[in-house]
Amino acid sequence: MNTALSWIKAYVPELACTDQEYCDAMTLSGTKVEGYERLDKNLEKIVVGQIEKIEKHPDADKLIVCQVNVGNEVIQIVTGAPNVKEGDKVPVVLDGGKVAGGHDGGPLPEEGIKIKAGKLRGVPSNGMMCSIEELGSSREMYPDAPENGIYILPENTPVGADAVEVLGLKDTVFEYEITSNRVDCYSILGIAREAAATFRKPFVPPVVEVKTNNEDVNDYVSVEVKDSDLCSRYCARVCKNIKIGPSPEWMQRRLAASGIRPINNLVDITNYVMEEFGQPMHAFDLDKVAGHKIIVRRAKDGEEFQTLDGQMRKLDSEVLMICDAEKEIGIAGIMGGENSKITDDVKTVLFEAATFNGANIRKSAKRIGLRTDASGIFEKGLDPYNAQAAIDRACQLIEELGCGEVVGGMVDVSVPLPEKKFLPFVPEKYNKLLGTDVSREEMLEIFKRLEIGHVVNSNGNECLEIPSFRQDLEGDADIAEEVARFFGYDRIPTTLPSGEATTGKLSFKLRIEEKAKDIAEYCGFSQGMSYSFESPKVFDKLLIPKDSPLRQTVTISNPLGEDFSIMRTVSLNGMLTSLATNYNRRNKDVRLYELGNVYLPHSLPLTELPDERMQFTLGMYGEGDFFTMKGVIEEFFDAIGMRKKAEYDPKAGKCFLHPGRQANIIYDGKVVGFLGEVHPEVLDNYDIGTKTYVAVLDMPEVLPFATFNRKYEGIAKYPAVSRDISMVVPKNVLVGQIENMIAQRGGKILESYQLFDIYEGAQIKEGFKSVAYSITFRAKDRTLEENDVAAAMKKILNGLESLGIELRQ
Amino acid sequence: MKEKLEQIKQEALKQIEASDALEKLNEVRVNFLGKKGELTAVLKSMKDVAPEDRPKVGQLVNETREEIEKVLETAKTKMERAVREAKMKSEVIDVTLPAKKNNVGHRHPNTIALEEVERIFVGMGYEVVEGPEVEKDYYNFEALNIPADHPAKDEQDTFYVTGDILLRTQTSPVQVREMEKGKLPIRMIAPGRVFRSDEVDATHSPSFHQIEGLVIDKNITFADLKGTLAEFAKELFGEETKVKFRPHHFPFTEPSAEVDVSCFKCGGKGCRFCKGSGWIEILGCGMVHPRVLKTSGIDPEEYSGFAFGVGLERIALLKYEIDDMRLLYENDIRFLKQF
Repeated sequence: MNTALSWIKAYVPELACTDQEYCDAMTLSGTKVEGYERLDKNLEKIVVGQIEKIEKHPDADKLIVCQVNVGNEVIQIVTGAPNVKEGDKVPVVLDGGKVAGGHDGGPLPEEGIKIKAGKLRGVPSNGMMCSIEELGSSREMYPDAPENGIYILPENTPVGADAVEVLGLKDTVFEYEITSNRVDCYSILGIAREAAATFRKPFVPPVVEVKTNNEDVNDYVSVEVKDSDLCSRYCARVCKNIKIGPSPEWMQRRLAASGIRPINNLVDITNYVMEEFGQPMHAFDLDKVAGHKIIVRRAKDGEEFQTLDGQMRKLDSEVLMICDAEKEIGIAGIMGGENSKITDDVKTVLFEAATFNGANIRKSAKRIGLRTDASGIFEKGLDPYNAQAAIDRACQLIEELGCGEVVGGMVDVSVPLPEKKFLPFVPEKYNKLLGTDVSREEMLEIFKRLEIGHVVNSNGNECLEIPSFRQDLEGDADIAEEVARFFGYDRIPTTLPSGEATTGKLSFKLRIEEKAKDIAEYCGFSQGMSYSFESPKVFDKLLIPKDSPLRQTVTISNPLGEDFSIMRTVSLNGMLTSLATNYNRRNKDVRLYELGNVYLPHSLPLTELPDERMQFTLGMYGEGDFFTMKGVIEEFFDAIGMRKKAEYDPKAGKCFLHPGRQANIIYDGKVVGFLGEVHPEVLDNYDIGTKTYVAVLDMPEVLPFATFNRKYEGIAKYPAVSRDISMVVPKNVLVGQIENMIAQRGGKILESYQLFDIYEGAQIKEGFKSVAYSITFRAKDRTLEENDVAAAMKKILNGLESLGIELRQ
Repeated sequence: MKEKLEQIKQEALKQIEASDALEKLNEVRVNFLGKKGELTAVLKSMKDVAPEDRPKVGQLVNETREEIEKVLETAKTKMERAVREAKMKSEVIDVTLPAKKNNVGHRHPNTIALEEVERIFVGMGYEVVEGPEVEKDYYNFEALNIPADHPAKDEQDTFYVTGDILLRTQTSPVQVREMEKGKLPIRMIAPGRVFRSDEVDATHSPSFHQIEGLVIDKNITFADLKGTLAEFAKELFGEETKVKFRPHHFPFTEPSAEVDVSCFKCGGKGCRFCKGSGWIEILGCGMVHPRVLKTSGIDPEEYSGFAFGVGLERIALLKYEIDDMRLLYENDIRFLKQF
């Protein structure tokens, strides 16, 4: 909401502060000022001049030479403006002064434009006559300005006066951010009331008195509200003998500063009252209202209606309409109809000020796709008492500005108006909530300024009487906020919560995730983050079969687009997309990890919340291979106390991975994740031109095995004995099988085993590979003897033989 | 005899003096003190000495031996030191050659900011908890005093899955879930992903992170809220940071406030970061609305509390001077490595 400070000051006459002081104080009392702009910014040494004489320029056809009386002297100004004549009064910027902008009305330069005396085609010119654009404004806001030329001031303007002041530009426009609970502050009066309370100055609202003729409005119009659930109050008044013309300068200036273009007295008055009272109004041409009857009812499904902007609008049975005896004439609270539009030949006007159901207006405006200034205010839910005040104010202005004659009386169709609301006055409670020690007197002083009454009810209890425009005040906490706002948030002390001490901690899950981050980073992986929603197309990119359960997704009903429409069920798309970005940008040796959820629905359509599963996803290209990735997984397991041997099952069945280079990660018999080289076709789909490895750990499966408990097992005191064996192994036997055999058969004294060579090719017979292990034995309680080791080795070798393995000599 | 010993000694000392290598010293030792050495020969010839003189001669021999050994030892130490010095001289390296780094990975700036916030609040006795990202309308809106027709539901531009299941628009639903557990007092923060229907640009993302804070206990006051957040701001942005509370409105708190901190780039003088105002808005907060307490089964007459919500990206962008939010989700390694 934008408002000129001069308008606020009209109702808080004693308000005296700088723009910045006003901005700071209002913001601190809860009416946030987003910014402000001086209308006279960069306007310097601009006075009212009168053109006394115009002569042709001797050397330029398009220029004229003017003698201009600027009060204390007559100066010569050369101009190219086509619209001036002798006797005109115009704004003149003197030598050394400044204007805000150029003649073309383009963006205003930050420092303005300096004007200096000089020569134009050889003729001295000692100043400049100004267009409205040069004064930093526009024809939108000064409708009487010529399209191309100097702004002509009224004839009665005193020569030599400050033209900036004459034009109403000695003012500042403030932009406010009004919170949604303060409907009353979407109005000049609301803000002025807050300003008065903030600066502790008297609030002097306009006195609304309507002078009417002796006629009765009921002889002109009748109103029937059929759907009172959507319209709690409908006020109507009639003005006749309307004379359309421009509204007075002061009204135009105030509207213009609020960003509303002045049009004519009738339109301006409705806009003015909407700004001033925060109550949108509508004016109908009564002669176009069939039967002089207003009916307020819901529209019929599928009906169409032409709004006064000429557009056809599709309606439904939840849209409230204003109708006459025969037809619809307006969409309630949103926009009037083309068929009852006011034109310049209007004779009799019907004013409407109503209170509509805010939620209904909001939803209707959304469905119709037409959000107007009026609907934006109505949707917040208005005070029904305000409707009458506003319509009276409009009629008062009609009469005072000579725009027409007000017919006596008001048609008022209303459900019972809300009763006066009272809340208990409990100063100790407010202080307890705030942690303050504000006296009851200071509180009452604050309430008084906010028009909150202090009364004692029939039970002898002190109560606060809440004004009707403060629908937001519902309980003690709300009242405490009023106290806090005007006592000053900055004056409230700062303390720390006392009471029982609590333990600060991270959940076990978060601690494990922290370890995951640490280990990934030690291993050279940097943390990435990707969106939780993605396109259903990723399933094709990842070669996931049509019937895969992974394609059962949580789907967003109103996504930003298909690309953000499903909640991911696999974490790989984000990782591969990030790797592809890096690959595309020629970043070498990239290692990334992500900790993020996948979302697996229990059933579709969704009736309960999906299973959100944290995935620890790693991806890399460049240096390193499958076994590098495997190393990271095992480092992580080690770090979270998973000290058993992880197993790897090559039959993981992951369609997006290389069929011969993938494995499920199995811990203690449970699949906890997978790893592998990305399938070349998938790499093509992501435009990654190099081998890429990924691993995904399903953290909910990992967590039950993780522990931070550690137990010291002693450092071996007795010497170890090592035996190296070199084997010829059938190709289809996995090293994992050999290791399992060694582990199973090594007995208690087996300490460790280490692969030290694996080789295929020349010297090894077809279908076989050479594998060499170093096996270490050690006893905890004695030095091993040769026959202990020999016995263990024999068992191991027998076992290996059963796998078809021969010992190499 | 005495003369002979003196002669041997002088000869030994002379040879030690003349030695220029450890091997030579060793030779001296062998020649004089070894099994076949001269001094040993003297001892062997003791049988020719009168028995009454033997102890005296023995002592003399030992004294001589000790003296030679002492000189030998000194000479050896000196020589060893010289050898080591020489070796080290030949081992000088160019310390400006490049380091051999382990190429450790880097945490995401969001996470670094989050962990800093967590550290501050855990230190103040807060528990870090989590809640679902796909959430029920009830927790995201209704229980937070945002009924069906409330305009806030529009303002927040919610992604819906079904009529009553949505992507949470804030971390505040975790408040409700925590209060419902019925364990008091509560001091918690809840970080996590939230979603709003904003198109992607330099300052918006449809998915971002918030950190929710909630304290419920007897006698919690607005002053406590102020003190807590002032402490937080100082820890996060530096001891000099000033905090400003401005009245605001949120449906789930009353009274409510927005919090500005003095600009940590210019210290409050006004710069391009704070758009000249000297202040930067960082969070929203307030006293938990009595209706929210009641809905979650807490008696507002007995308990009170405060809540706050911080935008994590906002903190990360400000703290690390990142000028485009899209960088946070691109995962370009050249970006990530800067943190």
